[in-house]
Amino acid sequence: MSQASFTHRATGRRLVPSLALGLAGALALAACSPPGGTAEPEETATGTSTPSASGDFSCPAEDTTIKAYVETGFPIFAELAAEFENQYPNVTFDIREDQFAVITQNAPRTLADSDTDIMRLPQMSDLASQGLLMDLDEYAAAFGWDQWPSSQLEQLRVDADGRRGDGPLYGMGLNFSMTGVFYNKELAAQIGMTEPPATLEEFDGYLQAAKDAGLTPVAQFNGGATGGLAFPLQALMASYGPPSDINSWIYLQDGATIDTDTNVQAAEHLASWIDAGYFADDINSLDYSQMMSRFIGGESVFIFNGDWESGNLDTQMPGEAGFFLMPPLEEGGQLGAMSAPLTYGISANAGNPDCAAFFLDWVATDEAARTITVEVGGSHPMGPVDAFMPEIDPDSVTAQTLAAGAIVGENNGSMDFIANATGEIYAKSWTPNLQKMVAGEQTAAGMLESVQADYLEQIGG
Amino acid sequence: MARTWRPSAGVTSPTEEPSGDIRSRRRADRARRLRAGLPGLALVAPALFFYAMFVLRPLFATVQYSFYDWDGIGPSTWVGLDNYVRLLTDPELIGPIVNAFQLILYFSIIPVIFGVIAAAIIRKLGASKLALASRTVLFLPQVIPLVAAGIMWTWIMASDGVLNQFLSLIGLESLTRAWLGDFDTALPAVGVIGAWVNVGLCMLLMLAGMTKIDPALYEAARLDGAGAIREFVSVTLPAVRQELGVAIIITVISALRSFDIIFISTQGGPGNSTLVPGLEIYYLAFFSREIGQASALAVALTALVLIVVLPLNRLTRTESMS
Repeated sequence: MSQASFTHRATGRRLVPSLALGLAGALALAACSPPGGTAEPEETATGTSTPSASGDFSCPAEDTTIKAYVETGFPIFAELAAEFENQYPNVTFDIREDQFAVITQNAPRTLADSDTDIMRLPQMSDLASQGLLMDLDEYAAAFGWDQWPSSQLEQLRVDADGRRGDGPLYGMGLNFSMTGVFYNKELAAQIGMTEPPATLEEFDGYLQAAKDAGLTPVAQFNGGATGGLAFPLQALMASYGPPSDINSWIYLQDGATIDTDTNVQAAEHLASWIDAGYFADDINSLDYSQMMSRFIGGESVFIFNGDWESGNLDTQMPGEAGFFLMPPLEEGGQLGAMSAPLTYGISANAGNPDCAAFFLDWVATDEAARTITVEVGGSHPMGPVDAFMPEIDPDSVTAQTLAAGAIVGENNGSMDFIANATGEIYAKSWTPNLQKMVAGEQTAAGMLESVQADYLEQIGG
Repeated sequence: MARTWRPSAGVTSPTEEPSGDIRSRRRADRARRLRAGLPGLALVAPALFFYAMFVLRPLFATVQYSFYDWDGIGPSTWVGLDNYVRLLTDPELIGPIVNAFQLILYFSIIPVIFGVIAAAIIRKLGASKLALASRTVLFLPQVIPLVAAGIMWTWIMASDGVLNQFLSLIGLESLTRAWLGDFDTALPAVGVIGAWVNVGLCMLLMLAGMTKIDPALYEAARLDGAGAIREFVSVTLPAVRQELGVAIIITVISALRSFDIIFISTQGGPGNSTLVPGLEIYYLAFFSREIGQASALAVALTALVLIVVLPLNRLTRTESMS
């Protein structure tokens, strides 16, 4: 072998890899146009399906499959779907279930790339702005949803700038839930609490009594990325100041701020509970399911939670759980509660939007459906004020949460959740700040200042 | 085979040809070589296709996305280096990187030291049942999925978990706490999980390295009057230098790009005290829907890993050659 042949062979060997690399590179660079297209108006994603022109919205007579993507762990959707299949045998539900966190991260892609008809929605203003959700106004007019109390659907309206509270309707609730304070009746009796406190001061007294009795007053979840102290914080805000201001902030209205005097007082009240040791000392590592198991197991006198657990509590500790709203500053004074529809939307790419809308209307109006909503879901059904309500055992916690819902309604005290203002305000702002407050590394005023700064950055960016 | 395909190259030297012919000859040569390589190329093509589709394409796409402001669905806007500028100026994005470097202590330094010592002891034990048992016990964490390890340790370190029960039992009740929920202990607690997982790998690598040491070396050392520690420092340690390098590199990478354990045990809490770049990328991409910013952080993390690991790699290579 001469030197020449050696080099020839060497370059020959080099040629194949370089060719191979070229091929790979060409494949790799094939996607070099801007992701998702440029910001030209015609490029924006718009749905392909619309409500049928006839205006007669119902399920077709032939066999139909409704594709649904719902939250796992809550049987309400599956039970409603089964009853609907009973009444309309030609309709079948194809249900996919995931945890809420998974739905949150998958929502845009699922709505954009599949023909899912009905989907459980996370914070929805981005989804609506991106054109992924169907505008339901036509259905609302046809089915008469616009005759219901407007507060029920207010949170599901998104305007052209992505602000909620007004504009076209992009979602519908299976029910609307409500939050407050659950208590263990047996433990409450031990500390001398025979009926729910009428004022915040009285409630402070019971918390102290529980502490003095050697019980854990509140084992509230506040670990990981889920700051559960946001529940009592927001309820306190509604006792100190007007709930409508909090809603404006959540709906991203111009000039809204969370850093107000009354909110600082509310946050300071929460901080005083932390300092007094009313919360379990490991709440920064407690998750939601641990909180529920401790409460059901009698290891926590109170928890701040929502009526989506009412049905569960009536099964797990029948007659043993009670419920009250966060008490007002003075007896009979102003109070409020987080109250939100269990939001479902219809995809802009839905294959059977009319049938999906018909199902959502059926959930709110059919007597069997409303019974399932109350008994399985534990929350108040959507729909007109005077609609059918099933009989409930007055001793059950479900009855107490439904009664509390009426009080909130009278007080105009219903608010969306402060965690829903923007997609990341909860995980990136409320949660770390609340955890720091528990650890004594953040003050009440400092927290609201920090959250407000993040909020402005997020809605500005 | 290659030789039979181009016999002429060895027979005639190019200098004997007239210059006009050289070019055409070269062209012919090139064509022949290409033809010669084609069967090889055809053989690697399927693998290459998948490599390009699932490794190179996402890699290039990530770099590309990092220059855009994009929500993952709608239209995107070119923003140049803005995402990278924010990486360097936003303290919220620097914190996770600092945490990742702290994790190197737990994910890399502790397991490597522990792995070397464990391997040396196990080697001494020879083929006894005890050696087999301890090897299995130490390697087991490597077999368990990280998610399962995370869940298990979350239970152990819960406020009513085994760890606190043990501390109470021996009278150290004052030390008990929710290890993963305390600002001061959350990061070390997560680090302990990582150390527990990585020890097995380090030990196995060291054991592999030690088996190739000539027993005569130990005998010679012993004849010279060396004790166990001297033997370890002068014979064992130099011999496993290369394995040591590999162990350090793998574990440092696992520290910098950690995700699973932290996602399961703390999700970055409490108050961002255990937030690491991997988790931050996930939050940015799937919760904040800032695909561009997430991609920029991913690119920066990749670069960071390379910057840290390449000098380490060179260090072990030159040491083994000298």
